[in-house]
Amino acid sequence: MRVAVQEAPFDLGAEVAGFADGCGGMGAVVSFTGIVRDRPGSGLQAMEIEHYPGMTEAALTRIAQEAQARWSLGDVLVIHRFGRLAPGETIMMVATAARHRKDAFEAAEYLMDYLKSRAPFWKKEIARDGAEWVAARDEDEAALDRW
Amino acid sequence: MDVLYFAWVRERIGLPKERIDSDAATVADLVDELRAREDRYAAAFADLTALRVAVDQQLSDFDAPLSGVREVAFFPPMTGG
Repeated sequence: MRVAVQEAPFDLGAEVAGFADGCGGMGAVVSFTGIVRDRPGSGLQAMEIEHYPGMTEAALTRIAQEAQARWSLGDVLVIHRFGRLAPGETIMMVATAARHRKDAFEAAEYLMDYLKSRAPFWKKEIARDGAEWVAARDEDEAALDRW
Repeated sequence: MDVLYFAWVRERIGLPKERIDSDAATVADLVDELRAREDRYAAAFADLTALRVAVDQQLSDFDAPLSGVREVAFFPPMTGG
């Protein structure tokens, strides 16, 4: 299992390929990538991501460990960036490896649902006409109930 | 103890972290103390349903005890992913 919290960009292709290479014997690798949306006409210039150093790494590790306890997984990878990101930039990724795809898909969805509302990150959208903190959505909180 | 603020809570209070010597028994008591300090604290803590708290870097509740605690953090609901 690897959890990384970093300001620097990461190479999505290399990360997924490296992860899959390290998962000999597994039949399925699922990855999800979050990207800063570029909405035409929105005037969005950047996304600023703040986090809670120390707690962030511990929270992500706990979420990944819980996924490993719930599903039969060969490995888990979580990378989440912070700092100032431009539209189109990669914010984060998760990858899961399992012998069968159901475990890999479900565990990836679980990781994403918990990352959304239980990992201490906060996003601020910087637009031409001002800046605004992204509000948590009720449906993101409700998504945790299915687990 | 160290008290940390994140996102708009940090902006409203005007600093990311401060050292507070308090006898508050619970997080809620600490919030009451902070509210009484200055308007910017009262504004930040006006609606506790809009806030979350972590005690020693663990998500917690406003009725959590503060005995022996080193770090309390206040922030809005998280928006990771």
